[in-house]
Amino acid sequence: MMDAQDDLVNLYRSLFLIRRVEERIAEIYHTDKIKSPVHLSIGQESVSVGVCAAMRPDDIAFGTYRGHALYLAKGGDLNAMISELYGKAAGCARGKAGSMHLVDMAVGMMPTSAIVATTIPQAVGYAMALKMRGSNQMVAVFFGDGSTEEGVFSESLNFAALKKLPILFVCENNLYAIYSSMKARWPADNLCDRVASYGIPAARIADGDLDAIRTAASAAVTAIRRGNGPQFLECMTYRWHDHVGPGEDLHIGYRTAEELAAWKAKDQVALTGARLAPDVRARVEQAVEDAIDAAFAFAEQDLFPDVAELHDHVFHQ
Amino acid sequence: MSSISENREITYAEALHEATVQEMERDSGVFVFGLGVDDPKGMYGSTRDLHTMFSPDRNFDTPLSEDAMTGVAIGAAMAGMRPIHVHQRMDFLLLCMNQLVNCAAKASYVTAGAVAMPIVVRGIIGRSWGQGAQHSQAVHSMFMHVPGLKVVAPTTPHDAKGCMIAAIRDNNPVIFMEHRMLYQLRGFVPTEAYEVPFGKARVLRKGRDVTIVGISHPILDCLRAANSLDAVGISAEVIDPVSLAPLDIDTIADSVSKTGSLLVVDTSWTNCGASAEIVAQIAERFAGDRAVRLRRLGYAPTSCPTTKPLENAFYPDAASIAQAAFGLLHKGEEWRPLATEAKEITEFRGPF
Ligand SMILES: Cc1ncc(C[n+]2csc(CCOP(=O)(O)OP(=O)(O)O)c2C)c(N)n1
Ligand SMILES: [Mg+2]
Repeated sequence: MMDAQDDLVNLYRSLFLIRRVEERIAEIYHTDKIKSPVHLSIGQESVSVGVCAAMRPDDIAFGTYRGHALYLAKGGDLNAMISELYGKAAGCARGKAGSMHLVDMAVGMMPTSAIVATTIPQAVGYAMALKMRGSNQMVAVFFGDGSTEEGVFSESLNFAALKKLPILFVCENNLYAIYSSMKARWPADNLCDRVASYGIPAARIADGDLDAIRTAASAAVTAIRRGNGPQFLECMTYRWHDHVGPGEDLHIGYRTAEELAAWKAKDQVALTGARLAPDVRARVEQAVEDAIDAAFAFAEQDLFPDVAELHDHVFHQ
Repeated sequence: MSSISENREITYAEALHEATVQEMERDSGVFVFGLGVDDPKGMYGSTRDLHTMFSPDRNFDTPLSEDAMTGVAIGAAMAGMRPIHVHQRMDFLLLCMNQLVNCAAKASYVTAGAVAMPIVVRGIIGRSWGQGAQHSQAVHSMFMHVPGLKVVAPTTPHDAKGCMIAAIRDNNPVIFMEHRMLYQLRGFVPTEAYEVPFGKARVLRKGRDVTIVGISHPILDCLRAANSLDAVGISAEVIDPVSLAPLDIDTIADSVSKTGSLLVVDTSWTNCGASAEIVAQIAERFAGDRAVRLRRLGYAPTSCPTTKPLENAFYPDAASIAQAAFGLLHKGEEWRPLATEAKEITEFRGPF
């Protein structure tokens, strides 16, 4: 068993890594070295980190185009991620897929998708296969509030509940789908009630609190491993940057500065860091900064794929 | 045909906006809906502020529910409305296939005309930079395949306005294909409302030696290619089909009977695509009477990669179009045209 201090260090390392990687992406975006869209998770880190901390390394994660946080929290390779964003040959998809399809099969990070809600049923299928094989691994699938409006979300819940599958559904509710607020899309703020009507235990964590997310996820994972079927978490959270790209977006006028400030005051990266002894915190941060420097240097010197690679991998060999 | 009643240039996006406004004024049954249509960016300006100019129930945002919303459009059309359903990427139309293909396309036929289906479905092709495998596709040929659907792909501001008005007034489902790289294009557009009839191609440039047909955004590169072909004494005729279903094959055939050579450039894959259809119809038309030289160009037969060097190789451009046309007339001979810059592509900067 890990002691509480080590545990906190690990959580903070993961939070801080995600935050700083994305800040670096935002900083260099104007250089046009990353020539593809990026959907930053800055502000939402505690969801991926809290849930992944409750999972085993051999468990499986599915997510979305807003996937940097999940990829890193699940242990995805940092160099392969940054090279991928640069469109370079050592990227996790040899530069062919960019930020929206990150994948690292070695750590159970399944390919993300840029079409909203498409990975939800895929995660259900993976969970079904685990059950068919008698495995005690489980699947967690992460998706936004907007995803829950697609028919495939309800269809997937129904099937997962019917088959009692080992899957944790994690809705990262950041209140918006692009610039469209939840109020413009949902008749009532009652997602958990709707999910519970399928017989799936559903809980909301209201403030993005890391410990609360981790505790709820741990309980859910335990129940799932007992064979009790799917569980659902609605994690309220908040995206600080624009829907896509490195910028701020208050000037667009779809949300208020007060709302953003209220969530920034609950910043889980800062709050978690403050729980560490200053010297411990400094050591963690330095190691993370070094790893990030190394990853960006790696991507800079990496080569673009040869043009002949355009035709590779259309079919699996 | 319309006249230029007032000498003014507007953009493609403004032309779409103007067409929509004029039809919303004319007919209270016309409304616009789709993800983000009423946000401040207003679909690249094409739907901007329609909800304040008219009312919030005539330009409204929806949940992320493309399949259901397509059914909603169909039901509203059955009740006599004229919905315009907007999709920020044409890729999302793949979620609407069941309602469009199984239902909208067949509504008139299976009711022996008792039911009209006046819906317009706008799909925007997302090529810019790094849009990748799922945000850059053009799936027009899948719709061209299906009787009962009309498919249009205007490329000039003039035709964007006229086709939009014709699409709204049409009693059948119209897939309205737009290319993001066309929105800032400027051109003369009459102020009054007018229709550009479907099934009439436009000869954009006269020529003697080779016919080049360009579908959607590639038409710009076809015109650039025609200029570089001039330099080697090849006179290219460039044709914009404007509408793909119905397709004006006569105009293309007339041109080919003069040039004897046809190159079709699509903004999608060639396999079973719009270019295959056009070439097949021309081959059938001339079979036994005259040998014609035929060639197609389109996306590489791969998913769209994000990394720039591969993305550049994925798309045809003015140089590869000119080379293909040259190759039709001079088999086996080498010629490397000077690269002509496509400003709308090279000057684009992200993030989206
Ligand atoms: C099926 C589909 N429809 C529309 C889009 C365009 N789109 C991309 S992200 C997005 C918002 C999704 O919101 P949400 O699920 O809440 O996730 P968030 O971006 O907030 O993380 C939309 C509408 C898409 N990618 N796929
Ligand atoms: Mg959201």
